[in-house]
Amino acid sequence: MIRLDNVHKSFGDNAVLRGVTLEVPKGESMVIIGGSGTGKSVMLKCILGLTRPDSGLITLDGQPVESGDHDAFLARFGMLFQGAALFDSLPVWQNVAFRLLRGRLKRPKAEAREIAIEKLRRVGLGSKVADLFPAELSGGMQKRVGLARAIAAEPEIIFFDEPTTGLDPIMAGVINDLIREIVVEMGATAMTITHDMTSVRAIADDVAMLHDGVIQWSGPVADMDGCADPYVQQFIHGRAEGPIEAVR
Amino acid sequence: MTTRILTRPLAAIGRPVLAALASVGRMTLFAAAVFSHILRPPWYFREFTHAVMTIGWYSLPVVGLTALFTGGALALQIYDGSSRFSAEAAVPQIVAIGMVRELGPVLGGLMVAARVASSIAAEIGTMKVTEQIDALVTLSTDPLKYLAVPRVLAATLTVPILVAVGDSIGIMGGWLVGVNRLDFNSTAYLRNTIDFLEVADVGSGIAKGAVFGCLVALMGCYYGMHSGRGAQGVGKATKLAVVSASVLILASNYLLTELFFSA
Repeated sequence: MIRLDNVHKSFGDNAVLRGVTLEVPKGESMVIIGGSGTGKSVMLKCILGLTRPDSGLITLDGQPVESGDHDAFLARFGMLFQGAALFDSLPVWQNVAFRLLRGRLKRPKAEAREIAIEKLRRVGLGSKVADLFPAELSGGMQKRVGLARAIAAEPEIIFFDEPTTGLDPIMAGVINDLIREIVVEMGATAMTITHDMTSVRAIADDVAMLHDGVIQWSGPVADMDGCADPYVQQFIHGRAEGPIEAVR
Repeated sequence: MTTRILTRPLAAIGRPVLAALASVGRMTLFAAAVFSHILRPPWYFREFTHAVMTIGWYSLPVVGLTALFTGGALALQIYDGSSRFSAEAAVPQIVAIGMVRELGPVLGGLMVAARVASSIAAEIGTMKVTEQIDALVTLSTDPLKYLAVPRVLAATLTVPILVAVGDSIGIMGGWLVGVNRLDFNSTAYLRNTIDFLEVADVGSGIAKGAVFGCLVALMGCYYGMHSGRGAQGVGKATKLAVVSASVLILASNYLLTELFFSA
């Protein structure tokens, strides 16, 4: 279980997280919603140790995330970045098998390639793609490769940062379905941040809304539409009027 | 109020001085971290060999051409200057010593700074902006080890070789001009060059090359990893990398020359 307890993070005068408290149960798919610039990505980065929170406690299975072997900690995670963040200098298969070609999970090159091709197939890409470079792929294909890389080492926890941003509705649907299938199939804990309400409904078991640096509401996705929280209602219906200022 | 007015000019001077000192401190800590990682595994041999090719091998044409034309121009200038006191015969020796001690390493270093510091800063800066560096961390890979160490090591080892090749090409440029334009005897030109040069002359230039290579790669990596957001951030990082590397090459050249030849 991932737990954030009263986490604060500021950048200069800009207090992004102002006391975030949230629990993500093991094996659940949690989707974080909220407007642009409300600190959703910062929250994920704090959990991964990419950004150090100013105060508060983040634990994974009861252990503070900054304690112990950080490599072993990160080996439990996979992450799909918003822009896929593929390494331009490496062919697709080496991107997917990056973790399997070095470090503690290192495998023989042929085996790593085989696993990479299998993961590419899992996300709907053929073996022909394996030897292409990221710049030769469309945005949707890059997202799929990013997804294949996130699951290549079969992590226990997967983070998805805006998985459907910049994709057409059909490709967004394909990615949403893939994420849901993979998370269920692997039994992984998932945390997704998105603005896309179609994604929320397709991916989430639970939803949390981040606004003004705190979690305004959280609960099962089934309760989201009927909840009385004005922030959630404004956000999910995309209304210009409401407690969330349209111009930030 | 009066005190504030009086201290305002001091504050205006103090702020950039403090910022510059903080920047020097950050660079020093960055360099120390890179050097400490060189000694500790894991080592990324593929990235190292790739860096050797891109920094060393592909810089050869630009360094060679720079040395060739510099050697030729140097021969013409020295001939013209030395003819004023009938010392034209010293052209081969002065071209040789000028190339191996100063112009070979400094111009080679500056050309590598222009070519390599910019490309390293732009590449790493773009990786930062597109979250590739964050992705490296999530894939349990230390960006300093994976990106900076191979480049710094490759530049430190290959720039001295580039300097040695550049020295030879520069001397050849002087020889070409000396023989074809200034009517020197080819054999005598080469013999004078070889007899005059000492191991210390060549060695000092090569040692300078190692220091310059290290500085160039460090500046490229430092500014790349501290790049701001967007195209403007990467552009600024690239510019700062080239300017800093160039200034550090010239400053360290003076210090090294003092060190090698002051006695």
